[in-house]
This record gives sequence, structure tokens and C-alpha cells, in this order.
Amino acid sequence: MALPPTVPYFDIAWDDLLFLTFGGLMLAAALGVVLGRNIIRSGLAMILSFAALAGIYALLGAPLVAAAQVLIYIGAISVLVLFAIMLTQSKSGPASLVFHHQAWAAALAAIVLALLLVSMVAGAEWPRAVAERVHTATGDVARLLFDEFVLPFEVVSVLLLAAVIGGVFLAKREDTDVPETEAGARQVTLGSEPGGASGRAASGIASATIVAAEDLGRRP
Amino acid sequence: MSQSLDAYLVLASLLFCIGTFGFLARRNAIAMLMSIELMINAVNLVIVAFGAFTPELADRASVIALIVMAVAAAEATVGLAIVIAIYRNRRTPLVDEYHSMRE
Repeated sequence: MALPPTVPYFDIAWDDLLFLTFGGLMLAAALGVVLGRNIIRSGLAMILSFAALAGIYALLGAPLVAAAQVLIYIGAISVLVLFAIMLTQSKSGPASLVFHHQAWAAALAAIVLALLLVSMVAGAEWPRAVAERVHTATGDVARLLFDEFVLPFEVVSVLLLAAVIGGVFLAKREDTDVPETEAGARQVTLGSEPGGASGRAASGIASATIVAAEDLGRRP
Repeated sequence: MSQSLDAYLVLASLLFCIGTFGFLARRNAIAMLMSIELMINAVNLVIVAFGAFTPELADRASVIALIVMAVAAAEATVGLAIVIAIYRNRRTPLVDEYHSMRE
């Protein structure tokens, strides 16, 4: 069945209705991310905001970007953020103070920035600002990605590899099940030089020295 | 409304400002990272909107948006790993308690 050209009872086009729905949902969810007291709910609101933005991408005629938004942001980054939230939950529950004491200054800066940006957008004359939208074909995007933009594509893949290795290295838990004497020696060493590869090497050397000294002392 | 570039640019501006406020005002380091993600999304929306209203740029805007998404994923990975590493040392995700270099 064919839809009427405008929404029944309201004199607005279907595209406008979708734009208002997705845009309002996205802004409301973003406000929920920023203002929510519970950080887990902030993370879930972030997923909602990303999903609404994917709808806006589809409305703009960029289906590949919309699909990538769902895959990368909702599928990967949100899960990563939620994992990090659950790893850093303190036992005392959500903090009683969500914002800094200077939050009013931040709000003032954000409002002034919003007014500046909106007035600039309203005042500028964009070329073809009300022309018919273009719908991108995924095949053209792929051809461009592997032809003209092949160098940035490869650089981004190297960057992702470096980020994965760096992330694993940074977030790697140091092995905690060490023998008693070695743990004590590590405690001593960590007082002067916490963490890091040099700290580990130094603690190993110090523990070996302590063990050797104890062996010497026990011998008659 | 959805046929004019201004509406999309205003929407992206508001999203960017919400992200700015969150980054400046929140105490939790992960909430600050989420605000950065909101700002990156706003910039991506601007890129795609300009591409959609400029016929000779449509495909390139999609490519640039995809590359921005990949870089944002790398940024989120490293940022969250740094937050987890700091949390292991300081036992708190609140940034105003990371003050060992102040005194």
C-alpha cells in the first residue's frame, strides 16, 4: 500500500517526522548520558543516542555509514565502554557528587558555544543548502575506498593494530600470584619505583638478592 | 526541514555542545570519554550532512566518515585502557582525585 505524501492529521512530510523523531531521541539520550547520576544508565543512553544517529545517517542517504555506525559504535565501542564501567565500579556505589564544583562554568561555556554555532549556521549561506539530497551507492564508496583513499585506509588499519596492542599492554593485569618473599621484595621495590617494566625487573633482581641472602644466613 | 542542510548542522551543533558540557563537568573519567564519543559523532554527522547536500562530495564524505569511525574506535580503546590502568593504581575513576602531582 502507498503512504500518503504527508503524515495524516499533521501537515508534515514523513522525512521531517523521521528527522524530528531521530533528532529528538538523539539529543534526549545525549542529555541522559551527560546528566545521568548512574554511570551504567549513561552507557545505555549512549547506545540509544548512537542508534538514533544511525537512523539520521540512513535518512541522509548514507546507508553504509549507518550500518558502520551500528556495527562499530553500538557493537564495539559501547560494549568496550560498558566493560570499562563495570571494571571501574567502586564498591561504595555511584559517587554522590556527579559534577565538578565548577560545573556552572562548563554549562555557561557549552551554552555560549551552542549559541555561537547556531547563529553561525543560521547566518551563513551554504551552497545548495536546500537542494535535493544525494544518495550514495555502496559500490561507489567501496571503489573510492580501495582506489583513491587506499593509503589512508591502510594507515588506519596500522593505527588500529597499534591501538589494540597498546590497549592490551596498558590494561594488562600484572600477575599477582607470586611467592611470598618475592611479593615482599616487590612491595619494597614498588615503594621507590611503581609499576613498569623497569620496576618489574628491579623487583626480580631484589627478590633474588634477598633469597640468596636468606640462604647464606641459614647456612652454618 | 529534513531537506535543508541547516537543520542537520544545528542538530550536530547541539550534540557537540552537550558533549562539551559533559567533558568539562563530569567527574568520572569514563563519562568524560563517553562525552568525547558524543562530540566525535557530532563531527561525523556534519561530514555526512555536507556530503549528502553536495553531489560531487557524496561518496568521499562516506569514506571520510568511515575513517573517522575507525580512528574513534582506536581512541576509545587506548583511552579506556589508560583509565583502567589508572584505576588499578588509584582505586577510583574520579578525575579530581588524581592529584598526586599537585602537592
